[in-house]
Parts: sequence; C-alpha cells; structure tokens
Amino acid sequence: MIKVDENGFYGKFGGAFIPEMLYPNIEELRENYLPIINSSEFQKEFRYLLKDYVGRPTPLFLAERMSEKYKAKIYLKREDLCHTGAHKVNNTVGQIILAKKLGKKRIIAETGAGQHGVATATVCALMGMDCTVYMGAVDIERQKPNVERMRILGAKVVPATSGSQTLKDATNEAMRQWINNPVDTHYIIGSVVGPHPYPEMVATFQSVISEEIKAQLLEKEGRENPDLVIACVGGGSNAAGSFYHYYNEPSVRLIAVEAAGLGVFSGKSAATTSLGKLGILHGSRTLLMQTEDGQVVEPHSISAGLDYPGIGPVHAHLFDTGRGEFIAVEDEDAMVAGIELSRLEGIIPAIETAHAFSALNQLSYNASDIIVINVSGRGDKDLETYIKWGNY
Amino acid sequence: MNRVDELFKKKSTNILSIYFTAGFPALEDTLPIMKAIEAAGADIIEIGIPYSDPIADGPTIQDSNLVALNNGMSLRKLFSQLADMRKEVALPVILMGYLNPVVQYGIEDFCQKCKEVGVDGLILPDLPMNQYLSEYKPFFDKYDLRNTFLISPQTSEHRIREIDEHTDGFIYMVSSASITGAKSAISDEQLAYFERVRNMHLKNPRLIGFGISDRASFKSAASYSHGAIIGSAFINVLKAAKDQEKEIIAYIKGIIND
Repeated sequence: MIKVDENGFYGKFGGAFIPEMLYPNIEELRENYLPIINSSEFQKEFRYLLKDYVGRPTPLFLAERMSEKYKAKIYLKREDLCHTGAHKVNNTVGQIILAKKLGKKRIIAETGAGQHGVATATVCALMGMDCTVYMGAVDIERQKPNVERMRILGAKVVPATSGSQTLKDATNEAMRQWINNPVDTHYIIGSVVGPHPYPEMVATFQSVISEEIKAQLLEKEGRENPDLVIACVGGGSNAAGSFYHYYNEPSVRLIAVEAAGLGVFSGKSAATTSLGKLGILHGSRTLLMQTEDGQVVEPHSISAGLDYPGIGPVHAHLFDTGRGEFIAVEDEDAMVAGIELSRLEGIIPAIETAHAFSALNQLSYNASDIIVINVSGRGDKDLETYIKWGNY
Repeated sequence: MNRVDELFKKKSTNILSIYFTAGFPALEDTLPIMKAIEAAGADIIEIGIPYSDPIADGPTIQDSNLVALNNGMSLRKLFSQLADMRKEVALPVILMGYLNPVVQYGIEDFCQKCKEVGVDGLILPDLPMNQYLSEYKPFFDKYDLRNTFLISPQTSEHRIREIDEHTDGFIYMVSSASITGAKSAISDEQLAYFERVRNMHLKNPRLIGFGISDRASFKSAASYSHGAIIGSAFINVLKAAKDQEKEIIAYIKGIIND
C-alpha cells in the first residue's frame, strides 16, 4: 500500500524536519487541513472553481498519430488546457481556499520557472489576497515573461539572492519569510515536497487528474485502468496527481520521467533517483543530490521546472519499493520529443512535459497496451528555449 | 564532567555564548577565533557547521556559510581542525548545524567524533523532537553530548514543557518570530515573552538568541534569562576585522565588562 502514515512518512521518506520556529505553522496545517478539505463547504467551492475557473475536467484525448507511431493506444491527459497553462493551478486553487478558511491574510510562494508563481498570483488575484512570490535571481533573468505575468496579476516578485539563486534558494527564502511571518501568512508550496502535510496535501489537490482519467477511460474504453501512466518528475506534483488513484492498482505501471540534463553522469543533470542519496531538504527526508559532505548539489535541466535537487518523498518511496519505474531523459531527447508531439498532434508541450513523451523511446510495452501520458503544461512559456535550440 | 553542565553549575547569570561559522572568514580561522573568544571572557563557544541551504538564517549567516563552503570547509575538515582543541581551549564547545551534513557523516560516527575531540553539546535546529527521541537520543547519551532545542514566541506552553523535558543542556530561546540576524532594540512584546517563559520555571537554563547584537540587547535579554547568544553581529565583526584577535577581544569585552 502506498499511503502516508500519521507522521507524514511514506516508508522511510517524508516527515517534518523543520526548525522549531516553523513548528506552530506546520502543526496548525497538519491539524486542520483534513477536516477543512473534507468538509462539504470546501469541496463545493473547490469543485466549482476547478470546473468554472480552471476549466476542468480537462480532456483525455486519443492521440491517433502518436499511437500509430509508437504502436500502442496513447491517450493524452490535457492538463496544458488548464487556466494558466499547466496543472499547477489545481493545487493553488485548493490551497487558497484552505488559507482563507484558516483566516490567513497573505500568501507567499516559491517558484522556479514561474509556473507555480503565476498559478499562485492568479488565485490570489481571484481571492483578493496579498501575494509575494520568491524567485531565484538567476531564474528571474531566465523567465522574464512569467515575472511580468505575476506582476500584472498584482503579485510582488522578490529575488532570492542566496546560494545558487534558483528554485531551491527561492524555497529557502519562502521558508525564511514564513518563519518571519508565522501568524497571518500561508505558504503555498508548489510541489509534493516540503514538510508534512505538504506532500500529501498537494498530491490530494492534484489527484483530480487521476480521478478524471479513471472516469474518462471508463467511458472510452470500458475500463478505469490503463496499462501505463507516464508523467515527468521534478518535485513531482503532476506525477503524483496522475498516479494517485493508481498507487494501489498493481496492474498499472507508473512511469516517472526525470531530467537527465546533459547526461545522468555528466555533472549537469537533475536525475535524482540515479544520483541522489537519502538526505533532508526543505523539511522532508527524501532522495537528494548532494556531495559527500551533505551539501546540496545544484541540478541542471533544460526545463526549469525539473531543475530540483530532490524529489517528493512519495516518489522516493515509489522508487525505493519498485512500485514506480524511473526513467531519465536528456535535454536533447526531450526537445526532439517536444517537436514530435507538436508535429504529430498539434500540441506544443512544455519542455518538462516533453520529457514524459521521450520516455516512449525507452520503454517496452505491448501493442495492445493503453498508455496515458500527462501533458502537464503547454509550451508557450518555453518558446524562447525552443527557438534557441532551433532544430526544427 | 560535561563542560556545559559544569558551566551552569557555577554560573547562572550573564552567560555569553558566541557563535561563528567554521571556515569563515578564512578556512584555518577556527582555532584562533576560539582562543580569542575564550581570552575575551565569553562562556560558551558555538561553532556553526556550514550548509548550502540554511533555512533559519538571515543574510549575514547565509553569506558566512557560503564563504566557508567556498573556502573548502566540511565536517571532516572541521573535526580535523578541532582534533587538538582541548590542549588550548577550556570553554564548553557546542556544534550547531543543519541535519543533512550530520546524516551524511553518519549520526553515530558524528557523535563519537564529537566526544573524541571534546565537543560538549549539539544544536540541530531541523531535528524534530520525535525523530530525536526515536533515532538520535541514544547516541547523544552514549557520547555524553548535551542536546539543545529551540523555542520561539509562537511555541505553546505545552510544547515548551515537552521541550524542557527532553532538553539536557539549555533551552535556546529564539528572541522573536524571526530568522537569525542582528537587530537594533528589543521590543516590549519580546520582553513579555521572555517574562512569560521565565515564569514557567523550567528545569533547564535558558539562553536567548537571534537579534542580540550589543551590550544593551545582551544585558536586556540576560536580565530575563541565564544569558544570551550572539551570532550574526559577531560574524559582522569577523567580516570587518583587520586585526582579528584584537577586535574579537574588544567586541566581547565591550559586551560583558562593566
């Protein structure tokens, strides 16, 4: 069984390794999040916003040309059609309603590529909440359009200037600001990472993805379970959402695709399950890319959204138990797969998502298999990277 | 006898603990800084183990961590620097650091090494109490290391009692809802918190840290507790120092001497 225990552990991964200053914040969340999100009042508002604001359910689309090429029945779960262009908003809608019920007045968030930052700024505008997004100074330079989107939406974007000035440092900075503002502020973490209860809470909000896949597949194929579900993994929120209702369905293969960057062992990679060792980052015990001395290593991927040195504890557990199959895809192969999906199906995917598609080249499966691939985000934000790569 | 126990047995007021980051400003500064702290008359030396992701620290200590790592500091290097410290330093020595480097070193090896070089206690801010009790305490006990937990103004009375029960060195009172960093004055709200905790009559001594920077804030904090801890302000002294030993001694004497 893949299930979180009462202390927030999935097997040996997870927990809440936080300084005491954050304990009251985390404890307040831990005690309240389940009663709140299980209440009919919350569910009513959450379902309403997912439907009429986010645009759910997102389609499950039979990709015929891809199916023909890869000799299987391939369905695409179109999270790229969510408002703001990625699955990230499922979580921010859930957390902002939760924050309101907890009586919080302001929101802080971290962001890497800016997708989670935009999704957070969006729901804050919707709810009239004050919003500050921490973003690595290096990422602010790399992702200017998303910075401006957040500003247009009324959020403050604050550069994280410590360390490597990327996603992990933005997360550090958001945690520091939460220490400094413990009472009136809610921290919306964007992935299935961080101290318990964040990984399970974010996965719960994202689980709408696999909930819909089940219903849609039943309608189209007369069965709820595909043979394979494929999703890319940075921290792992779209993968957790895609796998959630299949964790305990052993006939469904769960394929998690990590970013190998310039090659798993090139020193420029984000393939955490290949390179990581047990460690502690951002409040959870998980697999972590680190030096012999326990210093966190800066990862590399062409996609900023996969550029994280750790992995959500649930994914570490899927890896450890063998329940999940982990595949690493290099930058170049991901770009090729992104172009291929564009040409075969008329869908330009986010480069994160393109990694999931490239995995088809590494997997073996049967021609009769039904494969669901999560199209976690659209490629508009990556246009500059596609152009710079140029090979199309 | 453990030097932390010994200290609190003979002294219960105006205890000054000085924190610095190992490997800052220069890699081999560790022992000279310790000797200067002792010569100046402080009571405890707290050595920070540098870490790439110090989430409870403000800009000053973040920077000192980064500089120290770039200088080549590591836990192994630090232990080699401390190997003979007990020939030259008599004060209680506490290591403070984030959990991950300790986990990589191996918790039992780490505790054993601490004992071997003469470290007296540990502060690992991101080690939660339940994990401490189930996985770490046996090693702390085996190697006679005192454990310090933190509390903050938001910590509930119930939680403070629990922490008091499982602390055996001193309680580290974080002075405000804040990360580390030098601040100017202590507010009435903070004083009310100091007073509230004082009136709880805990079994452990209390030292107040975060935002203590000068004689005034030290005296003010120490009047509500057994003493205080200075970190960021001391790092700033090290950063600016031209004659390190002389300036360390002048700074510390300026805080404790009447």
